[in-house]
Amino acid sequence: MSALFILIGISLFISLSFLIAFLWANKKGQFDDTYTPAVRMLFDDIKDENKKNNNR
Amino acid sequence: MPSVETTKKIICIHCGESCPNRSIAIGDDYFCCNGCKFVYELLNENNLGSYYKIEDKPGIKVSDKIYDNHFAYLDNEKIIGKLLDFSDASVSKVTLVVPQIHCSSCIWLLENLQKLHEAIISSRVQFLKKEVSITFTHDKLSLRKLIELLASIGYEPQISLDDYEVKTTSKKGSSLIVRIAVAGFCFANIMLFSFPEYLSSDGSLSEDFVDFFGYLNLLLSIPVLFFSATVYFKSAYFGLKQKIINMDVPISLGIAMLYMRSLYEVTTSNGAGYFDSFTGLVFFLLIGKLFQQRTYDSLSFDKDYKSYFPISIIQLKDKIEKIVPITDLLQGDIILVRNNELIPADARLLSSHASIDYSFVTGESEPIEKSYNDKIYAGGKQVGGIVELEVLKNVSQSYITQLWNDANFTETNKKSLTNLATRFSKHFTLAVISIAMFASFIWLLIDPSKAIFVGTSVLIIACPCALALSTPITLGAAQRILGRNKLFFKESDTVEKLASITHIVFDKTGTLTKTKASNISYIGKELTSEQTSYVRSLVHHSTHPLSVKLYDHLQSEKVFAIEQFDEIAGKGICGIIEKSEIKVGSASFCNAEIEIDKSKILESRVHVSIGGSYFGYYKISAQYRENLAQLASVLDEDYTISILSGDNESELATLREIFPEAEAFRFHQSPQDKLVYVRELQDKGEKVLMFGDGLNDAGALKQADIGIAVTEKMSAFSPASDGILAGEKFAEISKYLDFSNRAISIILVSFIISILYNIVGLGFAVMGLLSPLFAAVLMPISSLTVVGFAIIATNMTARKLRI
Repeated sequence: MSALFILIGISLFISLSFLIAFLWANKKGQFDDTYTPAVRMLFDDIKDENKKNNNR
Repeated sequence: MPSVETTKKIICIHCGESCPNRSIAIGDDYFCCNGCKFVYELLNENNLGSYYKIEDKPGIKVSDKIYDNHFAYLDNEKIIGKLLDFSDASVSKVTLVVPQIHCSSCIWLLENLQKLHEAIISSRVQFLKKEVSITFTHDKLSLRKLIELLASIGYEPQISLDDYEVKTTSKKGSSLIVRIAVAGFCFANIMLFSFPEYLSSDGSLSEDFVDFFGYLNLLLSIPVLFFSATVYFKSAYFGLKQKIINMDVPISLGIAMLYMRSLYEVTTSNGAGYFDSFTGLVFFLLIGKLFQQRTYDSLSFDKDYKSYFPISIIQLKDKIEKIVPITDLLQGDIILVRNNELIPADARLLSSHASIDYSFVTGESEPIEKSYNDKIYAGGKQVGGIVELEVLKNVSQSYITQLWNDANFTETNKKSLTNLATRFSKHFTLAVISIAMFASFIWLLIDPSKAIFVGTSVLIIACPCALALSTPITLGAAQRILGRNKLFFKESDTVEKLASITHIVFDKTGTLTKTKASNISYIGKELTSEQTSYVRSLVHHSTHPLSVKLYDHLQSEKVFAIEQFDEIAGKGICGIIEKSEIKVGSASFCNAEIEIDKSKILESRVHVSIGGSYFGYYKISAQYRENLAQLASVLDEDYTISILSGDNESELATLREIFPEAEAFRFHQSPQDKLVYVRELQDKGEKVLMFGDGLNDAGALKQADIGIAVTEKMSAFSPASDGILAGEKFAEISKYLDFSNRAISIILVSFIISILYNIVGLGFAVMGLLSPLFAAVLMPISSLTVVGFAIIATNMTARKLRI
């Protein structure tokens, strides 16, 4: 049964690392702007299109 | 040669406004003005043409009236220092508010600024806050040049006195999120580690495991007690200090008891403790708090005069123009104010003539004419040429700004803390404590060893989790529904206060009347449609508010070219169309034959003369919002109504017709008068709801139990208030008041539901049958029922009221 102690320790460690990851992301402002990044990611295509046009 | 063109609507490819003619064009693309064409060319030259592909006609009409040295104040080191977020030897970073940001194209363009100027390193947009952060090398591009660049493409940042004051970067919301994260993490793990205990009720679990899980749970609950739950302890402590038993008192009592009992059970190996209930309780309660804290990123409820006063002004000292921060202005200083600039302090006019637009202050959009030696109050905007003024009072001592020196604005928490839940919790707490003592006493007689167990059980099970959740959830849901209907509250508690209102005070100008629209009628010799088109073509060239209104009102297909256009400040505009001279403006300017006693005119008149002969005038009067009379008759049933106005009595008859039952009509009210009036009502025991729109209502809005600012454009200025209402929804306020009353009934019903659960729980507790498993099941079930009921009932009520 002692394996259980180790497993619980590991599971706690993993979940704790998720908590820390969340706190870190929150502190770094990952959740401050929930709108602009969604729009921004669509712009990559536009840049490529522009380059193609310029090469022509 | 005057050109006449029958125009189909040609739309400017940049800004989407209609073009007066086809004269400004590149290929088949037409523009309404040279400003738009310039931006189009600039963007295309720099490979930024995608701007026009992301959204259709995304541009902002560039006003070409910006002076060359409009941003000269940005050369002042002191001001630069205040505006920059960060600056080192070569790189600076600045965050600017750009109200014009409105679509994806805006984001794209503003994030590709580096293509426009090599010195810009990067730029990031925060769309909801309408902010752009720009990093640039300041050796190659000064802040002034950067902002001029932004202004030239239509994105002129809004820089106000607020930016000059200390920047506050407080983040209230995030700490609650962190508390919830910690509580949720601990709650979930404790639940997991509690399962073995639940599943082996017969005691088959070995002693080692019981101890191990017990101590593990104890360890995990420590951060919940000392970090997540501290908000409740603090709030209960402050409440008790002010001799108020708020809802957080029984909550704190319950969770403290839960914790101590669990601690005792685990350390003495007497059981598994209630750590799961404890952490779950804190977790759910904090979620309720989060639900209550709905914030609107794009709205600001705390604007005061600083948000729209300029940072600096041109001071004239020994005939040398010098830019100084307005906070440094002293009495007796001479200042220069240019077109569309704001007068920052009460002053005396030294120039011969000025026309001042007080729309920010009073909501009245038409400029007021002033002449030499007149006193001009702060807050007005000069329309027309440059004027010279002598400062009479410091900025903070001026007519408008002194409102903020009122005791009202320095006091915090002046609004009463006693809400429904607080009143209720007083009785609740006393009842629970007496039940606990009584039960312990009875058990002392039956079985003394169980007396403490029963007493603590009562306090634990009575912890009003569901009760505490019902208020924030209902109010939070109501706040969201009202938000969808364009009544935005700063705090959800306002919904509850709304239900207790007895007296409603309206400001007239801009609140009861529309800021933009007006009633326009023509009186005089009839104009042919040709002549009407002349007038319309002429007023199109003027930015005077009356011209704009007239232009929107008049219908004509044709647009005429104008020769020798001239605008004479304070008088009118003139020009030559098809060889006849057209004059539009004041009576004397147009040679009106009738002498008119100015004091008797209630509305604005715009006179017209064509070819030297006088024709007549357009009567422009303020237009009241739709369905006001209907609204008034509904409100009259339950509320007393007062109307305050800074104007003269001219509208009294109309107002009396709309509001036949109103208690008071007060005219010539200064900002201070309005505040005092509201305070007098409150002294009589009235709960006052105030509707206002301008800076002159700011004092009254703050003093009132609830102050709601009415605005036509959400992004536009609105004074500090508890709520912001879109002008178009003004006639709906009776529904919103009704809705708030029903929300209170919903809270009462959910109180009863949670009390029923409590009675069941208390029954078990008093009989000494409370087990950790029972507590862990009852608590979430009762909370979920109450939360579900509150949300469903609130939404159904909203649907029933059709809001």
